[in-house]
Amino acid sequence: MIVAGCDVRYLRRGSGPPLLYLHGASSIAAWTPWLEELAATHDVIVPDHPGWGRSATPDWFDNIHDLAYFYLDFIAALGLEGVHLVGHSIGGWIAGELAVRNTSRLATLTLVAPAGLRVIGAETFDIFLASPEANVRAAFHDQRFADAQLAAAPTTPDAIETFLRNRFATARVAWQPRLYDPHLAKWLHRIDVPTLVVWGANDAILPVAMQAEFVRLIPGARAVTIDACGHVPQVERPAEVIAAIADHTHGVAA
Amino acid sequence: MRILAFHLMPYADIDPSFTDTYDAAWVVLPNTYFDRDKGHRLYNRFLDELEYADRLGFDGVCVNEHHQNAYGMMPSPGIMAGALSRRTNGWLAVLGRALPLLNNPLTVAEEYAMLDVITGGRLIAGFVRGIGSEYHSSGVNPTESHDRFHEAHDLILRAWTEPGPFHFAGKYYDFKYVNTWPRPYQQPHPPVFIPSQGSSETIRWAADASRRYTYLQTFSPIAAVAKYMQMYKDVAREQGYEATPDQLGWSVPVYVAETDAQALEEARPHAELFVNKLLKKPVEMLLPPGYLTLQSMQGVMAAKAGMHHDRTLEDLIASGSFIVGSPTTVREQLRDAQARIGFGNLLLTIQFGSLPHDLTMKNIELLAKHVVPVLREPAPATAGSAA
Repeated sequence: MIVAGCDVRYLRRGSGPPLLYLHGASSIAAWTPWLEELAATHDVIVPDHPGWGRSATPDWFDNIHDLAYFYLDFIAALGLEGVHLVGHSIGGWIAGELAVRNTSRLATLTLVAPAGLRVIGAETFDIFLASPEANVRAAFHDQRFADAQLAAAPTTPDAIETFLRNRFATARVAWQPRLYDPHLAKWLHRIDVPTLVVWGANDAILPVAMQAEFVRLIPGARAVTIDACGHVPQVERPAEVIAAIADHTHGVAA
Repeated sequence: MRILAFHLMPYADIDPSFTDTYDAAWVVLPNTYFDRDKGHRLYNRFLDELEYADRLGFDGVCVNEHHQNAYGMMPSPGIMAGALSRRTNGWLAVLGRALPLLNNPLTVAEEYAMLDVITGGRLIAGFVRGIGSEYHSSGVNPTESHDRFHEAHDLILRAWTEPGPFHFAGKYYDFKYVNTWPRPYQQPHPPVFIPSQGSSETIRWAADASRRYTYLQTFSPIAAVAKYMQMYKDVAREQGYEATPDQLGWSVPVYVAETDAQALEEARPHAELFVNKLLKKPVEMLLPPGYLTLQSMQGVMAAKAGMHHDRTLEDLIASGSFIVGSPTTVREQLRDAQARIGFGNLLLTIQFGSLPHDLTMKNIELLAKHVVPVLREPAPATAGSAA
């Protein structure tokens, strides 16, 4: 589909109210068990961000704000209303930037270990200086998940190209300032849909200390903290994350 | 041929055991390794060495820019060029300012114009993108590196050649009043050098008929030097002109002693420290996202490049990355390379790694006496001849 001049690819499965999932630094190549769980109760839409995965890199792709405006266009282009917006990490940052601008088509907002804020004393992991293996190891509390992901590291030319494009796109929006927008904190109070902020208690990429700041700045936001869990709760502790999202979205309509 | 003495000004007194604890002499090596008294002596020693080379008959001297490392201590090369400007008589090359790392590239237009006017037209103006680790150290977004470089270059060239004030409206730089004082001494502007380790995009851009900038191949195996200079000549031909030797340059570390064996023995620990400790860095530090094009990065990933093992001096000599030997050996190797590749600029790195002062001075003397005069023919343009 072409939105704002960008050929954007997305996966879509399930039925029920629409749930738009915005991925983190890595695009999602194939449907996963935890997405399948969400699809049991929702019309789940999983795009590759412009610049990532199989989506094109548009000329206008300069910063996180471009992606926020793009997804407002994307939601409108699909004719979605009452969207449950879920974003992980950089995708959570995009979701927050989007919701600051316009919540008219949103029913709820769920931020899973989102980037986007700077919190004094909560130093983020340098994903750009770390090796690919060190990044995967830092992402998980239980290293068996890291072992599994490393065993599936990209080796084909296509997979390497995707890895490099994802890395470029991540740097494009997150290199400087590193993983945050100094202006976002000023406007999070504009978010007027029910908001849930999920975090792994042992997140080594974005420290859990950031969670309280999101909850403080977004009116009425609730926190769910998952014990013994790293930066990717939906992979490491899917049952808790699915339950939290189901609880949050249940009965909420636009 | 124009022959310049090049200095990186490393922190030559570095405790080499730093690699036991740190991945690189860049970005992460604590500056507590720097000792102010040693630094004071090194800066003054290195300036003495370049002044000596200029006095003994090199066609000029050359400094460059690096940030937050022990490999080269010139974050502000203009300061070194300023110090040298009144103590040397030949070309003064700054190779070069890392344009994307600067918030305001007009400061380069100003700084270079000042040096050109002070020296009466002896400046060679180098423009680079900086190396990958400097994007970690500066915070500048490496995915903007190429675009920022081109835009900053356009701004500087316009500032030098168009009457001010005028409005420059770019994507990254927007100045309502561009009106730099002073204007450069050389007209329309100082010679421009573009140093690189070999990038087809950079070569294509430098060789463009509208620019014809001197392409300088820095620290590389001789096969790469030949390959990239041929690429430049091919692009020039595509563009409808023949590249002159003046448009091609090679920067190479050189060490001369009385005999081949003595040169090897004297150079070995310092060359190996340079390559295996000061230069080496993890690939993520060397090549941040966007520093190379996607296509070039795919090549790097396929070749697993940047993850090289330690190299011995013999390896470096065999690949032609270092030239080491008696005056005859060094002279013949450089003359053969020049005849084969056809470069008109040769930048001899006269000090590397921990090479001490006495050996550096001896190296300069032997080069000036036995190598430079022979290689120089035919005589180069004289610095300041534009006046």
